Amino acid sequence: MSLDPAYLTYPRRAQGMDHDLYPWSNLFDRAPITWPGDAKLAVSVVISLEWFPITPSDKPFRAPGHMQTAYPDYRHYTSREYGTRIGFYRMLDALAAVGAKASVAVNSVIAERYPALVRDIVAAGHEIVAHATDMNATIATGLAEEEERAIIRTSLNMMEKATGQRPAGWLSIARSQSWNTPRLLAEEGVGYMLDWVNDELPYAMTMPAGGIVNVPLNHELSDRQIITTQQHSADSYRIQIEDAADWLMTEAQSHGGRMLPLHITPYIMGLPYRIGALETLLKGLAGREGLAFLSTGEIAASL
Amino acid sequence: MREGEKDPGLYDFLPYRGRPKIEWPDGKKVAVWVSPNLEFYEIDPAANPYRKSWTKPHPDVVGYGHRDYANRVGHWRMADVMSKHGFPGSVSLSVALCQHVPEVVADANARGWEFFSHGIYNTRYSYGMDEAQERAIIEDSIRTVRDATGQTIKGWLAPALTHTTRTLDLIAEYGLSYTCDLYHDDQPTPIHVANGKLISMPYSLEVNDHYGFFVYNMSPRDYADTLIRQYERLAAEGDESGTVMCIPLHSYLIGQPHRIGPFEEVLRHIAQDGRAWITRSGDIADHFIGQGYDRLLADTAHQREDAR
Repeated sequence: MSLDPAYLTYPRRAQGMDHDLYPWSNLFDRAPITWPGDAKLAVSVVISLEWFPITPSDKPFRAPGHMQTAYPDYRHYTSREYGTRIGFYRMLDALAAVGAKASVAVNSVIAERYPALVRDIVAAGHEIVAHATDMNATIATGLAEEEERAIIRTSLNMMEKATGQRPAGWLSIARSQSWNTPRLLAEEGVGYMLDWVNDELPYAMTMPAGGIVNVPLNHELSDRQIITTQQHSADSYRIQIEDAADWLMTEAQSHGGRMLPLHITPYIMGLPYRIGALETLLKGLAGREGLAFLSTGEIAASL
Repeated sequence: MREGEKDPGLYDFLPYRGRPKIEWPDGKKVAVWVSPNLEFYEIDPAANPYRKSWTKPHPDVVGYGHRDYANRVGHWRMADVMSKHGFPGSVSLSVALCQHVPEVVADANARGWEFFSHGIYNTRYSYGMDEAQERAIIEDSIRTVRDATGQTIKGWLAPALTHTTRTLDLIAEYGLSYTCDLYHDDQPTPIHVANGKLISMPYSLEVNDHYGFFVYNMSPRDYADTLIRQYERLAAEGDESGTVMCIPLHSYLIGQPHRIGPFEEVLRHIAQDGRAWITRSGDIADHFIGQGYDRLLADTAHQREDAR
């Protein structure tokens, strides 16, 4: 038994990353970042607002939260719709109660299907982030470049048509990208993306096509990870986020601005028995000295 | 090991009861070592026929990015907390990190941490290697760590825990003194190898942060509580004979902002308790080989006689 000799050669074994998407950088060695209003800790609430067709697509992969039973999967189709009809409005109210501005990552078909929803987001002053067309529009290596570009361009166009403003930011479904994604986003005029979770502050990607900023939207702190995957309670979620806020606020005293991204999902955190924990969390955060709720667009612009 | 046999013959059975006493320095009860895994995962690794690396098509943005967080954010946060409470690290090192991010390796070295090998990359597995290939990664490990840190590695934790039937014999032949790949005991024990002297250093999967967070799905505070319970029990049993507690870490997990605070309380607890010999794996191995290894071997030989 023996492996192909190539398995013991390491063509990218040299200082720096093993790719050209961004350079290595130590968070603690950077010039301190300053947030608008000189806040120490920027809390960025990002809500994913999604539409799952009852006819799921597995190409290139099936989105998390998608249909699970044999067709027709009423239970998941309607449970996800519950988030959009009910849970999302509970979240809007919870944000309004503390005067927090958030970013909403919207599947663009929502704008055509539920225009009132998009009007309500805009009226409340929240930022809209492009988030593919619907939950069948997943991206991964293997998807043809023109198909991927069409997903990006269509979703930007649809959101611009609905709101009059072209989204500056992008979130891929499941944060999944192909090798082409950062370049295609930059070529389509997207200023920042929320896909890479390797940092805690915005940083610039390095690509021939031109600049795009990555704003890390920590998946470990998401309601999907903590509540759906790890099966913790809503109160445990709240405590974990409060612990994170404590730590980051202390770190900000010596290292400059820190950010705490809260990625939440209407059909997870917007349920009647969970929304109270979110309200308590937001109220507690809003009462902290030196904390500001910033949209991911404001975070990206602070780099 | 005895290839193909039902019992791989790694070690002799030795019941917990009635062993020769292990004495740690200064009358301490439990040797506590913290093992940060300082790793580098490739974004587009070559495929091993026996194990897939990323579960998604490359680039696996979340899988890779999560681990890359370690070298940008997690390491520095975790290392500062460890230093603050007087805990050195015993590093399970993807040795290619010496090339990719020498800043992290230099930082660990400057803090007085020990390095042992965890393979070249955590995306290159030993499964399927022939002897020459396996020798190549051991020699590469020894050379790379020596060049980067001046240290000579004494231990081995197989890359991504991938082994062959000859790994233990080979690392002993190259003069390494301990393996972290065997989980049969809370004390160091002699391991059967073809030539040389090799012991098993109690590492841990059960209280590994990866298991805590992704196998047992613990909250950060539950994980901290788990470590304290583990410590309290092993410290109490160390009255009888010295025990070992390892805290294996990955800074992309423990260095997250919601986890590092509760974890710091664990280090504070252990540091203030007074029963812990807070040390490094190589120091435990040196002490045990100098003090207990021969007595333990004699004792197991004696028990084998009795059994006969």
